Amino acid sequence: MNTRVATGLMLASTIALAACQKKAPEELPPPPAETTPAPTPAPSGPAVGSQQHFVDAVGQQNTVVYFDTDRFDIDAEDQTKLQRQAQYFSQYSQVSFTIEGHADERGTREYNLALGERRANSAKNYLVSVGIPANRIRTVSYGKERPVALGSNEASWAQNRRAATVTIN
Amino acid sequence: MKYVLIAAAALLAAPLYAQNQAAQNQDLGQPIPEGGEVETIDEGEGLSGSVSFEGNLDDLGIAIPGFATDRDVSTPANSSGTAALGKELARVITADLRNNGLFKPTGPDALPQPAFPEITAPNFPTWSNRGAEMLVHGYVRGRTDGKLTVGCYLYDMALQSELVREGWVVPPADWRRAAHKCADLIYSRLSGESPFFDSRVAYIAETGPKDNRTKRLAIMDSDGANHRFITTGRSTALTPRYSPDYKKLSYLSYVDGNPRIYVYDIGTGRQTLITQSTNPTFAPRWSPDGNWLLYSMAVGGNTDIYRVSARGGESTRLTDTPGIDIGGSYSPDGSRIVFESDRSGAQQCYVMNADGTNQRRISFGGSRCATPEWSPRGDQIAFTNSSSFNISVMTPSGGSVRVLTNGWQDEAPTWAPNGRIIQFFRTERNSGKATLYQVDLTGENLRRLPTPVDASDPAWGPILP
Repeated sequence: MNTRVATGLMLASTIALAACQKKAPEELPPPPAETTPAPTPAPSGPAVGSQQHFVDAVGQQNTVVYFDTDRFDIDAEDQTKLQRQAQYFSQYSQVSFTIEGHADERGTREYNLALGERRANSAKNYLVSVGIPANRIRTVSYGKERPVALGSNEASWAQNRRAATVTIN
Repeated sequence: MKYVLIAAAALLAAPLYAQNQAAQNQDLGQPIPEGGEVETIDEGEGLSGSVSFEGNLDDLGIAIPGFATDRDVSTPANSSGTAALGKELARVITADLRNNGLFKPTGPDALPQPAFPEITAPNFPTWSNRGAEMLVHGYVRGRTDGKLTVGCYLYDMALQSELVREGWVVPPADWRRAAHKCADLIYSRLSGESPFFDSRVAYIAETGPKDNRTKRLAIMDSDGANHRFITTGRSTALTPRYSPDYKKLSYLSYVDGNPRIYVYDIGTGRQTLITQSTNPTFAPRWSPDGNWLLYSMAVGGNTDIYRVSARGGESTRLTDTPGIDIGGSYSPDGSRIVFESDRSGAQQCYVMNADGTNQRRISFGGSRCATPEWSPRGDQIAFTNSSSFNISVMTPSGGSVRVLTNGWQDEAPTWAPNGRIIQFFRTERNSGKATLYQVDLTGENLRRLPTPVDASDPAWGPILP
């Protein structure tokens, strides 16, 4: 076969493809809905990269690390959890994910937003240090806006001072 | 060929840009009407003798009968016409004074109605046996252009003489502002303090359970009237601040999924990001002249304070220490900024020059210091004691600390335009329900502010322009 013809054909098809892609859609699709779609149950189990797949693989208790009041350091227990997460994200290198940083209600609103961001970054920095590319990790702080434990006591506050890893589907 | 490529790129970019613009506005409700102008008119030469009353101002009785009208005409301000509106004006003034613990006002529902000619020449014997040391008279007149003229007169009963008078022309939709201006006139003349009633408050309206709260940007007059929601509640909104001219609101929104500060333009009903950055931004604060905005931005988890022109452009970073530097409140002359930092290991308050130089800690009381707000008078800084969660004040050098409140969790003080009253929000233990409160600088007259739903993050603007 004539290589020059083949190259020519490939080029032509690439250009045709490019032309197709550059055509602006006549009407823009509606903005994506804010709710995350429920994972579609498949006979083969949750899809790779879905939150359920991630939780099944690493264990629910390993998806969240907890912090002392006003602290953001990653201790030995946190490191064990994050290493388990890192194994998953190394195995499934196509999966991007978000670390959500949170604070307990016993703090001023704006400081807690900054504190949540600092906690999410602590977890992110640890994962990057063990080899997960930073560009796969998004961080977001919810400050004290999204508690999981609803009491006003030390036990509840301890559960709310956290960095939770969630996968983006 | 080059031209075609550029055209194609433009075609691609334009809808994307439009989509982004639409996305960041998708949580906004219908634009709200902007307020009309209030014109102060010459009410002629009033006598201005000294006040005869020498007791405690809290005990000063003030009679506030209905405002008279020269001719009962229809007005959009009141479905029953200007005579009924005159009574309403007096009710608003009475409520302003009573709800703020000022004087002992008696409203129009317990008093006779003076006739129009009596407004400038009170029939003093009618009012002498009502236990009032002061008498307020006023009138409302419908103009041919549809606007209203409102006059306000304050008389000293003992001297039977006029203390002060003023008049305003207002669009009918802004009739309550004339009442607030009259309340301000009475308050200022009798107390010697600057006015504060004719102002507005931005805040966050909260509904829903503790683990799924809906938080909407809302605004209201200083007395809670003219309440309006700005955002729909689809995205969480937090920490609003009015621009000093009341034309804009800066606040935090999660509309694109991330916490970012937007500047909402009340006239256009649209909003823009405070800075083009993918980093989270928090804690917007206007300079007193409205030319600058402070905001805080986290980069790699480290939060610093930045300044940007209100017209946009490049930001200047003002702090650069490791840790959380956040908030910031300008001194009234714009020369200094008080802010919060945990660079010492815990939240404390610091003062710096407006350009970020000369940063020095001012709070050393052993408690944490958060959300400092410089008084419009310049003599005090209000802050959240974030060890005990009470509202406190101190001098700008950090001295004379006084605790003003005692809730389970009180935070986020904001000053009345005259620096005499502080609003804040109080969170209830366990339920997480939040409510607006206000307290005098003396620590007295603590009261809950009624709002349609739960409320937090109050931000009191200056006297309306």
